[in-house]
Amino acid sequence: MSRIKNVIIKITGYRLFLPLLCLAIVLLVNIIKTPSFFEITIKNGVFYGYIVDIINRSSELVILSIGMTLVVAASGGTDISVGAVSAVSGAVAIFILGGGQTSTDFYHAPYLLGVLAAIGVGALLGAWNGFLVAKMRIQPMVATLILYTAGRGIAQLITKGQILYLRVDHFKQLGGFIPGIPLPTPVFVAILCILVTMLLLKKTALGLYVQTVGINSRAARLVGLNSTMIKFLTYTFCGLCSGIAGMIITSRVYSIDANNAGLNIELDAILAVALGGNSLGGGKFSLLGSVIGAVTIQALTTTLYAMKVSADQLYVYKAIVVILIVALQSSELKRMLRNLRGRSQVTQTGKEVA
Amino acid sequence: MKSFKRLVALLAVIMLVISLAACGNGTKSTVGQDTGGSKESGGEASGTTDGADAAGDGLVVVGFSQVGAESDWRTANTESMKATFVEGNGYQLIFDDAQQKQENQIKAVRNFIQQDVDYIVIAPVTETGWDTVLQEAKEAGIPVIIVDRMIDVSDDSLFTAWVGSNFLQEGYNAVEWLADYLESKGRADEQINIVTLQGTIGSSAQIGRTDGFAEKMAAYPNWTMLEKQTGEFTQSRGQEVMESFLKSYDDIDVVIAENDNMAFGAIDAIKAAGKTCGPDGDIIIVSFDAVAAAFDAMIAGDMNVSIECNPLHGPRVAEIIQKLEAGETVDKLQYVDEGVFPAETAAEIKPTRAY
Repeated sequence: MSRIKNVIIKITGYRLFLPLLCLAIVLLVNIIKTPSFFEITIKNGVFYGYIVDIINRSSELVILSIGMTLVVAASGGTDISVGAVSAVSGAVAIFILGGGQTSTDFYHAPYLLGVLAAIGVGALLGAWNGFLVAKMRIQPMVATLILYTAGRGIAQLITKGQILYLRVDHFKQLGGFIPGIPLPTPVFVAILCILVTMLLLKKTALGLYVQTVGINSRAARLVGLNSTMIKFLTYTFCGLCSGIAGMIITSRVYSIDANNAGLNIELDAILAVALGGNSLGGGKFSLLGSVIGAVTIQALTTTLYAMKVSADQLYVYKAIVVILIVALQSSELKRMLRNLRGRSQVTQTGKEVA
Repeated sequence: MKSFKRLVALLAVIMLVISLAACGNGTKSTVGQDTGGSKESGGEASGTTDGADAAGDGLVVVGFSQVGAESDWRTANTESMKATFVEGNGYQLIFDDAQQKQENQIKAVRNFIQQDVDYIVIAPVTETGWDTVLQEAKEAGIPVIIVDRMIDVSDDSLFTAWVGSNFLQEGYNAVEWLADYLESKGRADEQINIVTLQGTIGSSAQIGRTDGFAEKMAAYPNWTMLEKQTGEFTQSRGQEVMESFLKSYDDIDVVIAENDNMAFGAIDAIKAAGKTCGPDGDIIIVSFDAVAAAFDAMIAGDMNVSIECNPLHGPRVAEIIQKLEAGETVDKLQYVDEGVFPAETAAEIKPTRAY
């Protein structure tokens, strides 16, 4: 009996337990409402099903949430410009590859140049954010607010306010399928991003540095860490992630719409970090937690579509579920539960004595 | 913490200065009115041509405040105005780009009043908040014509006329076209399953098109609306929602997309699911707006029809101004003419389109 209890305590004590539980609950609701939800078939030589949709559609959010996690961990603030930076990156890519034309069906420049430019611009804008936050010591939300508003303006300037189309089959592959491979390409890109970041953080001391700076930036400096540099690097990395996400977003629709590309995705990225059980106050972080959080958000959206919730109620349901998940993970609730359990144990022993 | 306090203090000071400046502007323009639009205050108008002087050349001076550049449609709307109100036609146009901000539009209208233009044309960013500034225009005796979006004012006499699209009628047109099309294909008595990709919930285009379609659809009992879901007027959401529709239902006959961009997304989703669409495909695509890219999709055989949302408001506004100049009265609400463009005629019509 006590062994089972120990196992339960061990499992529930595992850091990713709650985020995983929430994801599982969101998915399991579908068994009751949409029994076909977990069916995966093969159509046109590729996997086809709701589950594939979830991992496919959540890819860009996963990538953004990786960058966001590091920013949150190191600076205790959020980067609210990631959506706008994605739009700029996408605009740059399409502008270079499409030669600035409204609609074209061949590349005007080598593909690699477009990709590198998009990611480079993302990193550059991220570095600007990093400069403002780390060097100028402006509050993260205020500093990134500049690109949040100006970013879409820059993207508009690049596209001259038009939607630019690039109708090249090769360009669609990044957001779709590579011939012969049954899983959507964004999934591989997301997994690659996770692996590279994990390696970078675990195999070097960077992960530890980021945590240390986030817990106490001054103390970190006193023990010899260049906390300004660490913060700067996390913002630059976040910009780089935005650039990659921007490429996927534009590739999906083979066009750039400066007004709508990555619209409001920064809020989802912040939410993903929170749903992953990370503190938005900085310090200790779990990258996998954020990834699970990002997948949970997309699972929720796809679930609500599958449950045929009408459009005007969509956001209400989303809000309710998010509130529940966040509440479930709050340390205050855990403390209250522990107190409650403690009290009931006390009354039980009291009864036994009597 | 100290620097944060300083920042807050700085922000507070800046805001105070801005609000004082704004108040200053307000009083100035009322003063301007009292003196009948004095030339002095007119000179303050930022960088725009002096309308009052130009009026002396016998040209009709029109001040136009546009939302900003947001889409192909909006650009076509601006171009239509600029092409209509040229000096060759007896007009002088003072154009103001509001960059999606209502306060810029209000400022622009006050500038127009100070310059004593003959007519003010506004493509409003939002529906509400127009009472004060339009009252000022009314007191200055300048007729105001609203284009595209409607405004919500307490007193209807604050604007002379409104020119725009009849979204409800567009919904009716969609049903009419679909009924004719099914009839011509010999499917008039078949069970027809429909799904709708709605626009951003609450926008006038979404409400008009959804309601218009639902109202006229009631006459066809063999048509079933399986589901409606919002694609927020964007291609990527349209694609995502269509992916979900295709998994929920295997027998979709018709997709109604409340704008072209969502239709493009739906077409991609349908193809990815191994189905076909368009005139020769399994699924009929009915779309709205009829932008240039929609004609490309119809020529490629992916889309069946696009119902126009006409941005060429210029000629109709000019017509209203001519009538007012001649002392005639005009109808308060005026809808622009809107066509229905099926795939069969797309190739020949595309070269004649302005947008």
